Amino acid sequence: MDRRTFLKTGAAFAAAAPIAAPYVARAQSGPVRIGLLAPLTGVVAAGGREMVDGFNMYFEEHGGEIAGRKVEVIVEDDAANPDTALQKARRLVEQANVSMLFGDLLANTGLAVANYVKGNGMPYFIPIIAADDLTQRARIKNVVRVAGYTASQFPRPLADWALKQGWRKVATVSQDYTFGHEQCGGFCQTFTEGGGKVLGQFWHPLNTSDFSPYLGQLANLGVDAVFAMETGADATRLMQQYASFGLKGQIPLIGAMNMTDQSVIRTMGDEVDGVIVAAHFAEGSPDPVTKDFVARYQKKFQKLPSLYGFSMYSGAMWVDEALKTVKGNVEDRDVFLGAVMKTDLTGSPLGKVVKLDDYGNPIYDVAIRKVVKGPQGKYWNMPIAQYPNVSQFWTYDPATYMKQPPYSRDFQGIKKS
Amino acid sequence: MSGLNAFQLLNGLTFAALLFIVASGFTLIFGLLRIVNLAHGALYLTGGYAGYALASLTGSFLLGVLGAMAAVAVIGFVLDQGLLRFVRGHELRQVLLTLGVAFLLNDLTLVIFGGDTYTMPTPEPLKGAVRFAGLFYPKYRLFVLALGVVVFIALWLLINKTRLGALIRAGVDDAETIAAMGINIRRIFLLTFLLGAALAGLGGAVGGAFLTLYPSADAEILVFSLAVVIIGGRGSLVGAAVGALIVGLLNTVGQVMFPEFAYFVIFGPMAAILAFRPLGLFGKAA
Amino acid sequence: MPHPVAPAPVPAPASRLGLAAVACGALAFALLPLVVPIYQVSILTEILIFAVLAMAVDVLAGYTGRTPLCHGAIFGVATYVVIYWSQHGGGPLTGIALGVAAATGVAAIFGLLAIRTSGVYFLLLTLALGMIVWGVCLRWTSVTGGENGLRGAARPEVLSGHMAFYYAVFAAVAVITFLMWRFVRSPFGMTLRGIRDSESRMRALGYNVSLHLFLAFTISGFFAGLAGAIYAVFNDFVSPSTVALSQSVEGLLMAITGGIGTLFGAFIGAAAIIGLENLVSLYTERWQSVLGLMFIITMIFAPEGVLGRVRDLLGRRAR
Repeated sequence: MDRRTFLKTGAAFAAAAPIAAPYVARAQSGPVRIGLLAPLTGVVAAGGREMVDGFNMYFEEHGGEIAGRKVEVIVEDDAANPDTALQKARRLVEQANVSMLFGDLLANTGLAVANYVKGNGMPYFIPIIAADDLTQRARIKNVVRVAGYTASQFPRPLADWALKQGWRKVATVSQDYTFGHEQCGGFCQTFTEGGGKVLGQFWHPLNTSDFSPYLGQLANLGVDAVFAMETGADATRLMQQYASFGLKGQIPLIGAMNMTDQSVIRTMGDEVDGVIVAAHFAEGSPDPVTKDFVARYQKKFQKLPSLYGFSMYSGAMWVDEALKTVKGNVEDRDVFLGAVMKTDLTGSPLGKVVKLDDYGNPIYDVAIRKVVKGPQGKYWNMPIAQYPNVSQFWTYDPATYMKQPPYSRDFQGIKKS
Repeated sequence: MSGLNAFQLLNGLTFAALLFIVASGFTLIFGLLRIVNLAHGALYLTGGYAGYALASLTGSFLLGVLGAMAAVAVIGFVLDQGLLRFVRGHELRQVLLTLGVAFLLNDLTLVIFGGDTYTMPTPEPLKGAVRFAGLFYPKYRLFVLALGVVVFIALWLLINKTRLGALIRAGVDDAETIAAMGINIRRIFLLTFLLGAALAGLGGAVGGAFLTLYPSADAEILVFSLAVVIIGGRGSLVGAAVGALIVGLLNTVGQVMFPEFAYFVIFGPMAAILAFRPLGLFGKAA
Repeated sequence: MPHPVAPAPVPAPASRLGLAAVACGALAFALLPLVVPIYQVSILTEILIFAVLAMAVDVLAGYTGRTPLCHGAIFGVATYVVIYWSQHGGGPLTGIALGVAAATGVAAIFGLLAIRTSGVYFLLLTLALGMIVWGVCLRWTSVTGGENGLRGAARPEVLSGHMAFYYAVFAAVAVITFLMWRFVRSPFGMTLRGIRDSESRMRALGYNVSLHLFLAFTISGFFAGLAGAIYAVFNDFVSPSTVALSQSVEGLLMAITGGIGTLFGAFIGAAAIIGLENLVSLYTERWQSVLGLMFIITMIFAPEGVLGRVRDLLGRRAR
């Protein structure tokens, strides 16, 4: 397995190195070492696995090289746990002498690592970590969200679309942590600013096995639609129970893109049919570049790509394209990071050029996508509407927007009417 | 309003039914063998995965469930005869050994099945919901509720109306005397362990259809089982039933009314019972 | 059976061999940082910190005959307090004092509830209590940062380098170890051993067993709190996983692997577990399986732990 070889090479290198100075300047022809942190054990292990797969796929397709230099990917398991993530980040930076860090999945692990690199300037790229503030109020210079998105970025066009369907009353049900607060906040703010009303918000702890208490209440609220923010097993269970309690078909279900991600729906049946979310990526998109990517991914891994595989692939691509513009100079961090911020992603599987905004977060054409049965009888996401050039700030002015508090359970941006 | 309450009540009851199925196995092992089997949750999850694999392969829910019970019974056999036999009589060593087994099983199932969430396929006749008394309630959950009652009756008959049951009861009360009477107590212990394991497997397969199967499900169900058995009392079937009802209802109500205190609602009563009445509501002194 | 092993019932003066062994160990820990790569020095620091946690567990498990599964939570309470204090501009020493006080307080509360039980029930009760602490740390987001945890500023500038910090910790741990050694060999410690071996006998002899158990629990919590406070300065970060059950389980495993009732075995146990964890995760993600196997193998083949085995082999019956 390639990863093991990379790992062993890395370990041997580290073990053989004598008591060296903490930062060894290497010639620009030596290998580029990348530290990849992902949850390979724990509840989100499947997503973590795909992060590694997607990331490695990019380099395998490009001869194991980045900007003309050999690449060594050193993978560490963060176990979905911020303490472990911090330990592994330290190990990658101090022992394995990597030039950059990539990864993490859960927001709390990403935040722990981000705070760590704040102190030592190591470039850290976060295609999956969606915590809003890392590219807003709490921006860290060396943390760039290549190929990623902020939590509140996509629910806003979805709210606009919902208003266009004539829906005026919604309720939200969401996992009770920052990622959920931010997605719901993004949705609620835009929805209420457009004249809609939020009749109720249900927050539940992660890994809730039984949604029946919330579904009972939702059924009686008299809403036009339900916005659900769920990831992983919670997403599976919510959609199943939504169907089995008879809400499917009665009240439209819309939600966060994670809910209908391939990592969730690939093991599910018709309970996911017709669920609508907003996302930058839709694996059923008719765009030829996307179709080609999906086909290659499917050939390699025998499954349709999820957000995790796609984002890490794109992240690797972005850094590669950026490094090419500075002839592979990772050693000079200012030059490297400057290049990343200035480079537009031209080869994206989305089939469009993607730019970073001034805060290190990409601007996307967002698709409203619906789950339908695909050609092989499996469910996938098809785009049904488009919103071009959606940034993390939507239609707001960044400076004004950042004056409002970050989304939380107590602040959901709801405009009173 | 009353419709809402009946709905939540049913939710609590159906969850309690599943908890009872799993915890009854736990309390049998704890009661008779005096082993706190911390691998019980892992047995549940492994049973669930095995049931899922079989049901997907054969297309039959029933085969999946039976297969799950058999597979977990086999694992239980290996656990008891292959590992626990080396630490007989040492309570704490047994506990810690089963904890190690739990870690191992959890990691092995992660390797075999990956981290994706799996759902046991619901059989056709149990899909959909029924309408009654102004409620719209899933058929499958009602099935789980019924199954819980059936398991209770079956176990009650076994424990109270059969010779094996009499031996188990006597063993729970006083294992030494039974052995002194020439009964092959080892065989009774083994059968009980297998039964307990099979019940965990049954729970996993049945629960896998509405609670789903994922890497940390084992720790969660173990925690609930511990609470049920501690509150209800070691070795008591009625205790397991009452404990399951209390924990199941508390959990559902807690989720709705005090989601902040989700853990406290389970661990608070458990800690209180352990501190002030360790035998639980229906347990008997050793 | 209140405990997994049956060490010696009668105390004896410290043997020459034992003292020599301890001196060698101390020397090893003092000199290793000079020869290993700088990153490994932070691993050694962790080993020292967790050895203190394992020793704290040993006080209860080995010397009092009560095996707890809550010391991770007590350890973590101290960590949270120190980090929280540092976030609000407080000095490290005051923070450490507050952290240790908080941990001791929590241990006292746990002790009050737990002393009425023993054996497996004690284990389960401490497990439940530890989980309540974890639940609080997870949900009380406004204070504990919830699942994001808290980032601290507890490490003073002068100790920011790996080496300097290591030797500061080494000195602190040396003092703590000495205190604990004196504690388990004191008359109070002897009484605890008596309770471990036969509670009814001690009661018959007129000892206030409950009081002794309560004090043992609290003192053990005090030492766990010391470890947790030092960990806060080491890590400058705390999250609910610091107080989780897994922390208690690892602390217990370290104590068992090294040898319950040997006190110094804790260092061996901590070095074994932490060293193995670092080594194993270089090559595979299957650390959890390895940990599980270690539990199983230790319980079947070496429940008395490394030092316990050594002690048995040497035919020694006393410490």
